[in-house]
Amino acid sequence: MATLTDPPEHGFRLGQLIYDTRYRSLTIQVVAMILLALMMSWLVSNTIQNLAALGKDINFGFLWQPSGYDINQRLISYDSQATHGRAAVVGILNTLLVALLGCILATILGVIAGVLRLSSNWIVSRLMAVYVEGFRNVPLLLWIILIFALLTESTPAPNAFRGDEPTSSMFLDAVAVTNRGVYIPALHFASPLSQNGAVTWGVILLVLALSIFAITRIKRWATATQEATGVRPATWHYTLGLLIVPVGALLVTMGAYLDLPALQGFNFAGGTHLRNSLIALWLALSLYTGAFIAEIVRGGILAISKGQSEAAFALGLRPSTTMNLVILPQALRVIIPPLISQYLNLTKNSSLAIAVGYMDARSTLGGITINQTGRELEGMLLLGLFYLVLSLIISAAMNIFNASVKLKER
Amino acid sequence: MKRTVTLGALAVAGLTAAGAAGAATLDDVKARGTLNCGVATGLPGFAAPDANGVWQGFDVALCRAVAAAVLGDPMAVEFVPTTGQTRFTALASGEIDMLARNTTWTFSRDVDLKFEFVGVNYYDGQGFMIPKALGVSSAKELDGATVCIQTGTTTELNLADFFRVNNLSYEPVPIETNAEAQQQYLAGACDVYTTDASGLAATRATFEAPGDHVILPEIISKEPLGPLVRHGDSEWGDVVRWTLNALVAAEEYGVTSANIGELSTTAGDNPEINRLLGTEGELGAMLGLDAAWAKNAIMAGGNYAEVFEKNIGENTPIGLSRGLNAQWTEGGLLYAPPFR
Repeated sequence: MATLTDPPEHGFRLGQLIYDTRYRSLTIQVVAMILLALMMSWLVSNTIQNLAALGKDINFGFLWQPSGYDINQRLISYDSQATHGRAAVVGILNTLLVALLGCILATILGVIAGVLRLSSNWIVSRLMAVYVEGFRNVPLLLWIILIFALLTESTPAPNAFRGDEPTSSMFLDAVAVTNRGVYIPALHFASPLSQNGAVTWGVILLVLALSIFAITRIKRWATATQEATGVRPATWHYTLGLLIVPVGALLVTMGAYLDLPALQGFNFAGGTHLRNSLIALWLALSLYTGAFIAEIVRGGILAISKGQSEAAFALGLRPSTTMNLVILPQALRVIIPPLISQYLNLTKNSSLAIAVGYMDARSTLGGITINQTGRELEGMLLLGLFYLVLSLIISAAMNIFNASVKLKER
Repeated sequence: MKRTVTLGALAVAGLTAAGAAGAATLDDVKARGTLNCGVATGLPGFAAPDANGVWQGFDVALCRAVAAAVLGDPMAVEFVPTTGQTRFTALASGEIDMLARNTTWTFSRDVDLKFEFVGVNYYDGQGFMIPKALGVSSAKELDGATVCIQTGTTTELNLADFFRVNNLSYEPVPIETNAEAQQQYLAGACDVYTTDASGLAATRATFEAPGDHVILPEIISKEPLGPLVRHGDSEWGDVVRWTLNALVAAEEYGVTSANIGELSTTAGDNPEINRLLGTEGELGAMLGLDAAWAKNAIMAGGNYAEVFEKNIGENTPIGLSRGLNAQWTEGGLLYAPPFR
């Protein structure tokens, strides 16, 4: 028996690397690491060697050459004489636009559908079930193409608005729904103060943010007063005033006016043109992702113990108040982590844009630029890097938000 | 995560490049027994499957001629439909052996993209098609128009240049394939459809009412369309180049699918025909093919004129005249170098 407690008499032997559990895991990790490194170096050298055999190198110089192609939807100034790099930025901004719009609408749709799916009203809950199952079980690409086809086939061409007795007319003389998109009025500024559009909009948003900040302060004051005296002072006139007066005054100073779309030549001119490609992609992404979010929301609500709502009802709260003040705030803790991956999915799925000719990063940098310059590897690496960085940013932002709503353990 | 993505991208690039590195395409094709030929996804007259699913068309005929020359069987072709965006990657990666897809011969594609254009099988130019009802008679009147354009093509660049130089504005609607463009154009989502004039004629021929659409007189570019192969495999390039030349030369010398049987049995009076058909000289062996290579190629679909008339000529719905694509002896640009 004494041999069991004896310390080993010999030193370290090589066989211990495999047979001794103290070292085995380390051995396996080192070997795996070496194999991984070997494979990577083989891939890299193979790529470089084969590119050399084709007479190609890895070169990002094409980003500074003129692109030569036009892009219809551009959020920054761009023409065919601009560089491929700028074309990529135009595409990236278009991706960001549709991803942002999509995330907002998908969240709204998802929360509504998720809550209504739990409704005690049989028709409402069945309808929501049909929506969820219908959208999440059919490939997104089909929805994008279907919605785009509906938009182009069912709406009138600009020509239908022409002539003395047009077959179609504009809504309130301000909005034209055509098979090329929806033309809505645009806000323009006449004053010499607002030469730079971006600065003007920045100032307006800043004023709006300050107003909203003031409104939250007023609400806090109202709540404090209510807690002290039991009477909540009326604040709606302050809120309304703060919301309208500063921004309104700013708009008047800037000489804001509405630029209405009007038929001119082949198309409507003036106003803002929301292209069908954008609308179709936006709606399809939102409806599709909204169906997944609805299930996440439903799961989050069901995760809250029934005792919570029973307690709220016992206190005399109405169902809507119970949902808004008791259930949803707790459900958010369960909802947010899976919601992050839905936002990431939506953003990455926006790369299906080329199906309807929406010029996102995949269509400009990953499509036309690659085709015109023959730089497939470089273009795809840049595109992968862009989606990676974007996803990590979204993920980080949502994690910060998650940290703020998660259960605080004190 | 980041490393995984890079790794994956490199893996893809590594694998595709590995495919391309095998230089001897001719041996590969012979060993495989079929020719992988990249064509359009469906452009009537040039490359489209017929009612029986058999590919037909002007570009398809060239693939069949090459297959006949190399393998002796015009049907031993695997057709790979490619879009404007996928065609070059398909060729560079080795997925296809040759590309015959209305592809314009340009400097950068030949030099920078590392391809080799082996000749021109159709001299074309970019045009505009527009509904008659819009009352436009010149491309200069297209200010503000919405233009459907196949993305990833030279026409996209020509279009940008044309409108910029003429100081006109337009709204491009990027489209992946000809079929999509047709649907968008007919739905009125764009006023104008622009592509090579031959493609416009081919597309218009499939409309219910072709007469309601006009092709504007302006031809805004030179579009020499031709087959291409990968750079760096000159033997294979020679095979495709001289197969095309054989079809053109056959028309010049009056060799047709009708009289080729007779002409190829014994050597005749014309030494050029004899060398072409292998009854004299060793031209086939020089290419690494058998002596009847050109005969097989011509028998696949006839000489250039026969292929043209059958697929896109004036008696077809597409109704293209020979124009620039006539023989040099008839005022056209077709000029096959001598077979000797």
